[in-house]
Amino acid sequence: MSDITFTQRNIPAERLLEVNHLKKYFPITSGIFKKHIGDVKAVDDLNLYVNEGETLGLVGESGCGKTTASRCILRAYEPTAGEIFFRNKKQEYVDLAHLSDKDLRPMRPEMQMIFQDPFGSLNPRMNIFDIISEPMLVNGIRNRKEREERVVDLLKKVGLRPEYMVRYPHSFSGGQRQRIGIARALALQPRLVVADEPVSALDVSVQAQVLNLLMELMEDMGLTYLFVAHDLSVVRHICDRVTVMYVGKIVETAPTEELYYNPRHPYSEALMAAVPIADPRLQQDRKGLPGEVPSPANPPSGCYFHPRCSYCKDRCKAEVPELREISPNHWTACHRAEELSLEGLKK
Amino acid sequence: MTDQKPLLSVRDLQVYFHLDEGIVKSVDGVSFDAYKGQVLGIVGESGCGKSVTMKSILRIVEPPGRIMGGQVLLSKRDHPDEYLDLTAMNEKGKEIRAVRGGEIALIPQEPMAAFSPVHTIGNQIMEAIMLHCNVNKNEAREICVQSLKSVGMSMPEKRVDSYSWQLSGGLRQRAIIAMAIAGNPRLLVADEPTTAIDVTTQAQILRLLKDLQRQREMSILFITHDLGVIAQMAQYVVVMYLGRVMEKGPVDAIFHNPKHPYTQALLRSIPSAQKTTKTKLPTITGSIPHPFNKPKGCPFHPRCIDAIKGKCDVELPVEYIVGDQQFASCFRYEKNEVNNR
Repeated sequence: MSDITFTQRNIPAERLLEVNHLKKYFPITSGIFKKHIGDVKAVDDLNLYVNEGETLGLVGESGCGKTTASRCILRAYEPTAGEIFFRNKKQEYVDLAHLSDKDLRPMRPEMQMIFQDPFGSLNPRMNIFDIISEPMLVNGIRNRKEREERVVDLLKKVGLRPEYMVRYPHSFSGGQRQRIGIARALALQPRLVVADEPVSALDVSVQAQVLNLLMELMEDMGLTYLFVAHDLSVVRHICDRVTVMYVGKIVETAPTEELYYNPRHPYSEALMAAVPIADPRLQQDRKGLPGEVPSPANPPSGCYFHPRCSYCKDRCKAEVPELREISPNHWTACHRAEELSLEGLKK
Repeated sequence: MTDQKPLLSVRDLQVYFHLDEGIVKSVDGVSFDAYKGQVLGIVGESGCGKSVTMKSILRIVEPPGRIMGGQVLLSKRDHPDEYLDLTAMNEKGKEIRAVRGGEIALIPQEPMAAFSPVHTIGNQIMEAIMLHCNVNKNEAREICVQSLKSVGMSMPEKRVDSYSWQLSGGLRQRAIIAMAIAGNPRLLVADEPTTAIDVTTQAQILRLLKDLQRQREMSILFITHDLGVIAQMAQYVVVMYLGRVMEKGPVDAIFHNPKHPYTQALLRSIPSAQKTTKTKLPTITGSIPHPFNKPKGCPFHPRCIDAIKGKCDVELPVEYIVGDQQFASCFRYEKNEVNNR
């Protein structure tokens, strides 16, 4: 393991996860010989970090690569390039991107995922006990008694009655199924939980319950979340910091309040302005962004956002902007970040 | 607005689904009025009956669903004081087919599934135009191009000959709106028109719908589960829960002075810019019951914090007047006047 541990690397001690230059390209092939004719750059040079005990929100529109990025971090997808440093239980930083499957196995219990669709993510032919205890079985907890005890414990934790253990997924509502999915993710006491749109399939009245549960569990179990979502008001409510993605790249990362009230990238500004506010007295004059999200297979030159950006200059069409720190902890990838005065949410 | 006659009046509508397992009362006594030039929002969670209400207005409820009672009245174009009862029409008859697309047009939820992939969008829009307007093919094409132009599609002369799969989600949604307005309808029924698209595109589409509504003095019946969209779009809001209207009123009253416990709880439970972050959100306990075991009495009583035992779980509340044009069906307001309309 020595060649893949990077304790000597300069990673601040509070980091649980640090992702550097992560890339995931899906090849486009054509013809009977599957000639490689291009790439869908789903994730293109992603840099982010998550501190222990915090919630990082990853937001963006559909197709921006947020799900692909989160799956690469868990090595559910094989990343094309890049480094993913994760601090293991021995407090060493391990590069997940370059671990062999065998070395990765002991790391898996520490990182778990909560899925978006509570209907598709539970096997209808397994009962709740089997669903929640399967990760334990896979990871060597063979004693049925012990597993049962832990399942009872987990069900109580997520607010379900332990008797439900013998039932099958079809007898539960969407919100309850999502709780089951959460219990399964927590079965191995992970430290990092990647939640991929955990509440977007739920009804408004149930959504609040699940958000509260996620926040409670975070405190009780000392979890760290990577929270992938497109609903900006949900993200604002539970995240400490937020990263905005656009066509496979990060355009801005900042502490939540800072990003919402003082965005420094035109795309973040447009995103804030586009969210309908549930208050008829705040009638928004929505300019709306012109055009649509470009395809990651054929992105525009320079800054990917320039064809839709109202602040675009010649430089933006030619040069790809670097992600840079313009004020402490506030990163943006815009050539004109300093000169622009952008509008966020109004207090 | 009170002295004006409504364009569409839904009265005590009941739509039941007769399944082998029993009867599901999807819509159980729903009443509301839509006026000319108004955006009426219907908001509710899944299973509240908002889509079935929409389908009954157009008479496209699929069996085993059946309209069991109530009326859907549409004022006549030439004589606004006279009404057609849509529920009395044969659902395959000539009359209702003249209404569909001609008087009331639908913007469906799924822009992907709404167009046939083997016909050009122009052909499909022209088909609708030729059904409702007495024009030949060339004129229909002209109207079609105009219509595409009015929804903000660039190069409409070229796009008219493209297939739906050649267009992006936002453009496809625009093409559907073009098809809906091509027959010059008086009422546009939009069933979750923006749920399948991204926020930045959603903002464009919402703006487009608002502009069209103003230009053409159309009415829009806007169905959604998104309270943010409703607040920004609607002038009058109907809040539904399990097949019943819980509360209806002007948008400002619904959001700033809600009277029904369900509306109040719903608004409290959404995260918003005004609330402090990282705090516990007030929730509504429990989950939406399955339509088969709908609770007796007020459908919301098992989740309601103010439920009165022996009353809310036995009787169904009627609509009480709780403000200007605002009505709530809750026993809390029992002493108020009853809405008799």
